[in-house]
Amino acid sequence: MAYIDYYSILGIPKTASESDIKKAYRKLARKYHPDLNPNDKVSEKKFKEINEANEVLSHKENRKKYDEYGEHWQNAEAYEKAKQQQGAYQQNYKGASGGYSEEDFSDFFGNMFGGRASGSGGRQVKFRGQDFNAELQLDLKDVYEAHKRTLTVNNKNIRITIPAGIENGQTIKIKGHGGAGVNGGPNGDLFIQFSVVNNTKFKRDKDNLYVTVDLDLYKAMLGGELMVDTFKGKVKLNIKPETENGTQVKLKGKGFPKYKKEDQFGDLYITYQIKIPTNLSEKEKTLIEELQKLR
Amino acid sequence: METQKLIPIQLICNRYNVPVSFINTLQEFQLVEIIVENEDYYIHTKQIKEVEKMIRLHYDLEINLEGVDAIYNLLKQVKSLKQEITMLHNRLRLYEDL
Repeated sequence: MAYIDYYSILGIPKTASESDIKKAYRKLARKYHPDLNPNDKVSEKKFKEINEANEVLSHKENRKKYDEYGEHWQNAEAYEKAKQQQGAYQQNYKGASGGYSEEDFSDFFGNMFGGRASGSGGRQVKFRGQDFNAELQLDLKDVYEAHKRTLTVNNKNIRITIPAGIENGQTIKIKGHGGAGVNGGPNGDLFIQFSVVNNTKFKRDKDNLYVTVDLDLYKAMLGGELMVDTFKGKVKLNIKPETENGTQVKLKGKGFPKYKKEDQFGDLYITYQIKIPTNLSEKEKTLIEELQKLR
Repeated sequence: METQKLIPIQLICNRYNVPVSFINTLQEFQLVEIIVENEDYYIHTKQIKEVEKMIRLHYDLEINLEGVDAIYNLLKQVKSLKQEITMLHNRLRLYEDL
């Protein structure tokens, strides 16, 4: 069990007055408050430490015990005393961004002062529970069609439908699946941010797809047919005679599904990259030279 | 607007133990929109989360309303910039392997 120096967490000397503690806490709480640092895990951790330090040091009796036993808190007598006082401790911070669980606090704090009791005194406020944030990594292929997934959040299984066409970095909200409300307030929400990994040859820009395909020189010059891959199967393309390198064609509706718009798709843009034949035979060289003379 | 989606201001103030003047001041700063129906004052449920946040900033962190206003608007800008960064990252991927 680690000894935590609450004074250094708040950046104050051991001789600090009550008002110094309050001032230091306010200053740091403003800096690291979850409302001011959304989705910042480091700030959230720091804020919990600051709260823990403040809750001990701003409470006269607790501060006295902490000062007295310090790192030798494991002393049995002190432990027994602390046990007897379980429940006496009253939390003075009320739910900045929802209820933090007991695991959020150090073992030291839990054993010494008997854990956190529900808030009382001061403003009796019902707060929404903490919003939870989760990240889910999916392949681009996974998000081509809507599908269901089961996620485990805080030991609870949640089955969600992931709509087709979700974008990398997009966040969806699952209402009521965040932390439990404080003092009977409603539960927070679960925010899932999607990280869409593209392992395909297609490039995606919103609901449009882009791909480069090889086109042989003769087909480019004379025209013909070419089978190309789309995200969902192959299509046959007619190549116009005298197609230039870098020509882009659009296949309407062959792109990615539009988010939450059923049966609507973006377009697929195909860029032709003309492949020059290599390892020419003597005969080929002669024929090409003849062609050159004709130009 | 559906009435179920409106919450009387008095109810919010009782629940969060804040004076009605606090909500009125938030409106003066254009941080919330107050809806009047049949001479009763309401706010929309979608604003509750933001109001809670402002209550915490004001009462728990002792930030005055000018500060809350500044923070609220800066957070909005941060959110919008983060979204723009994500969108630009996605677009950049198009050219990365070229």
